[in-house]
Amino acid sequence: MNIPTNYVVALSAVLFTLGVVGVLIRRNAIIAFMSVELMLNAANLAFIAFARAQQQVSGHVFVFFVIAVAAAEVAVGLALIVTIFKAKHSIDVDQVSSLKG
Amino acid sequence: MQFSEAAVNGWFGLVPLIIAFPVAGLLVNLVLGRRLGERFTGFVASAAVALAFGVAVLQGLALLEHPEGARVLVADWITIGELSVPWAIQVDTLSVTMMLMVTGVSTLIHIYAAGYMHDDVRFQGDPGRYTRFFIFFNLFVAAMMILISGDSFLTLFVGWEGVGLCSYLLIGFWYEKGKDGIGNALAGKKAFVANRIGDFGFLIAMFLAYTNFHSLTFETVFEHAEAAGPEAGLAVTLITLFLLLGATGKSAQIPLFVWLPDAMAGPTPVSALIHAATMVTAGVYMITRTHVLFHLAPVSSSVVALVGAATAFFAATIAVGQFDIKKVLAYSTISQLGFMVAAVGMGAHVAGMFHLVTHAFFKALLFLGSGSVILGVEHGHHAATHGHGDAHGGHFDPQDMRNMGGMGTRMKATFTVYLIGALALAGIPPLAGFFSKDEILLEAQHTNLPVYVLLTAAAFLTAFYMGRQVFMVFFGKPRSTAAAHAKENPPLIVLPLVALAALSLLGGALNLPGLHTLGHWLEHTLGAEKAPEFSWLVAGVSTALALAAITLAWRIYGRRPLAENQPDPIAAPLGGLFQALNQKWWVDEFYEWLVLRRYVRLSAWLAHQVDTIFWHNWFHDSVLAAGFRRGTRWLAEGFDLPVIDGASAALARWVTDIGGGLRRMQSGYVRNYAVYVLAGVVLMLSFFLVRSLS
Repeated sequence: MNIPTNYVVALSAVLFTLGVVGVLIRRNAIIAFMSVELMLNAANLAFIAFARAQQQVSGHVFVFFVIAVAAAEVAVGLALIVTIFKAKHSIDVDQVSSLKG
Repeated sequence: MQFSEAAVNGWFGLVPLIIAFPVAGLLVNLVLGRRLGERFTGFVASAAVALAFGVAVLQGLALLEHPEGARVLVADWITIGELSVPWAIQVDTLSVTMMLMVTGVSTLIHIYAAGYMHDDVRFQGDPGRYTRFFIFFNLFVAAMMILISGDSFLTLFVGWEGVGLCSYLLIGFWYEKGKDGIGNALAGKKAFVANRIGDFGFLIAMFLAYTNFHSLTFETVFEHAEAAGPEAGLAVTLITLFLLLGATGKSAQIPLFVWLPDAMAGPTPVSALIHAATMVTAGVYMITRTHVLFHLAPVSSSVVALVGAATAFFAATIAVGQFDIKKVLAYSTISQLGFMVAAVGMGAHVAGMFHLVTHAFFKALLFLGSGSVILGVEHGHHAATHGHGDAHGGHFDPQDMRNMGGMGTRMKATFTVYLIGALALAGIPPLAGFFSKDEILLEAQHTNLPVYVLLTAAAFLTAFYMGRQVFMVFFGKPRSTAAAHAKENPPLIVLPLVALAALSLLGGALNLPGLHTLGHWLEHTLGAEKAPEFSWLVAGVSTALALAAITLAWRIYGRRPLAENQPDPIAAPLGGLFQALNQKWWVDEFYEWLVLRRYVRLSAWLAHQVDTIFWHNWFHDSVLAAGFRRGTRWLAEGFDLPVIDGASAALARWVTDIGGGLRRMQSGYVRNYAVYVLAGVVLMLSFFLVRSLS
């Protein structure tokens, strides 16, 4: 079974768009966070698709890095969300606007 | 005169020392004098001048072997374009005669002053000025040496101005004393201003000499003037007339003589050194030095002779009416200078120089003698008032002859030498004054009868006023307690007087009729001058007149001595005439009316019209200040406010506006920022997309 690369890239684009829209429209910080993860993984999917099409391994290497960085980012991001919740008793991102100009 | 190497290498080469010694003396006193005290100061100053005298003697000896003299270059002084004035010293019989006379008499006066000023600074109440006095004195000798030794108009002029300055400094030596506490300072100023008028004439003469003869060196100017012949006659006449104006200033002749009597405000040694023996002879010396020019200008020469003779007579009349012992001598000096000027005007330069030298001897003697008398009276005044009285602030005048009398028995040494000086001045044979005056009279009788008459009359008056002075001061009874308590001065003061008295006695031997030693000596510089044969008639007339005048003075003042507070016995018979003599013919008042008042009025008018109204009110206020205000207002309103302030304000407004716009973007909503990021990414991607497509 051989799935064409175009299909995989199209799926990647759909997932990325879903992530972007999620970040832009959802107020819940956890949801926004999940949307960011979605965007990252959409990018990973695109990497894998092209790596397979090109028969090269560098795309896989990138994906590993992205997964590692995403894990680290989740650790930091969740810690931030916990701290914000402790201060504001809410994780609504619109509540966190004290730095507005 | 050429640079003679052999001679310059000999004693002639030492001649710059004649200036260097007094300068060294004044520098030493300037640095150390105050610290090391009066004895040191007086010794250094006198030694400096004595060394200069030694140098002069060496020059004289050198001249005996090389009578042509030498020109010793000291320095290249001024070189501008074609004008070249080296500072060179002219060593010839004329300059060395002056050097010998000036340094010799100066040495004696310095020694005298060392004693005199010791007392004077104490009577005047400021002993600290002792050193300053000798610094000025040495400075004067140095300047006089520059004047005498210069080989060009300009070097002579440097000394000319230098002695004028020293004269000013020394006349105003007690500048805070005198009438109304300012009289001495005013006297100094008067001397300076009168001399400046003369200097102006000298300067003009110098400029004329340069434009016409393209040089300032005497030798060259004379050669060119002689070569130019009659064409340059007018120029030479003008030059010599302006030189005469200079001489009238320095040598106190009509019309500029008025400063000399006032110059008696200086301490007595100053009067003796500067205003009798040396500086005032500068004019006579200068005319003798430039005798070549005067030979070429007969008109000027006769003017010189007439000015001299008129001054001689005029000043002699005034001397008759004076009561101040020094004022009598001052007018006598003017009168005798008139004799000299008349002599050089008639071309009898040897006779003029002869009288100059002998006059320096006996007039220095008379002045120093009068100083000795004044000091004696001051001492008497202090002794009489037991030192409680105010010696200078009160009404007592130690110089007024009416306060003296009977000094002959109290100051015997001073009396003796004073008598010698007075007889020499009166022209009694065989004293010095007789021979020198006789030569001038002889010359006048041969060449110019009006001058002869004036001079003979002046000689008669000379003998009379000297007799009057001697009888009033030394004979009879003291007319004040101060005079009664007067006593003789210490040897430091009396010994120089004795030396000068000896010179006054024997000075005539310099140029005895028939021998003409001085004439032959000066021949090398002035050329051969045919002196008229000795005439028993002229000598007899002048001697007889002198004796008659002295007898007359004895009959009036000697036989019945003046009593205390008695007016002068000739005042009543002469009436208004005596008043005129006593008031100096109102010359000062006449000048005041003729020149000073107009000058002051002109100055006041100029100050008001030009300075206040024109410059201050109009030019300064209306032009400068108003223009400045207008200009700055334009700059402020037209440039500073719109351009500079506008630029910075606009810049600030832009920054505020942009910042305000950007502020709204920072909403604080994270999602908004995400939109900006997205928009940026979209923009960048579309940019690359569009670029790749096109």
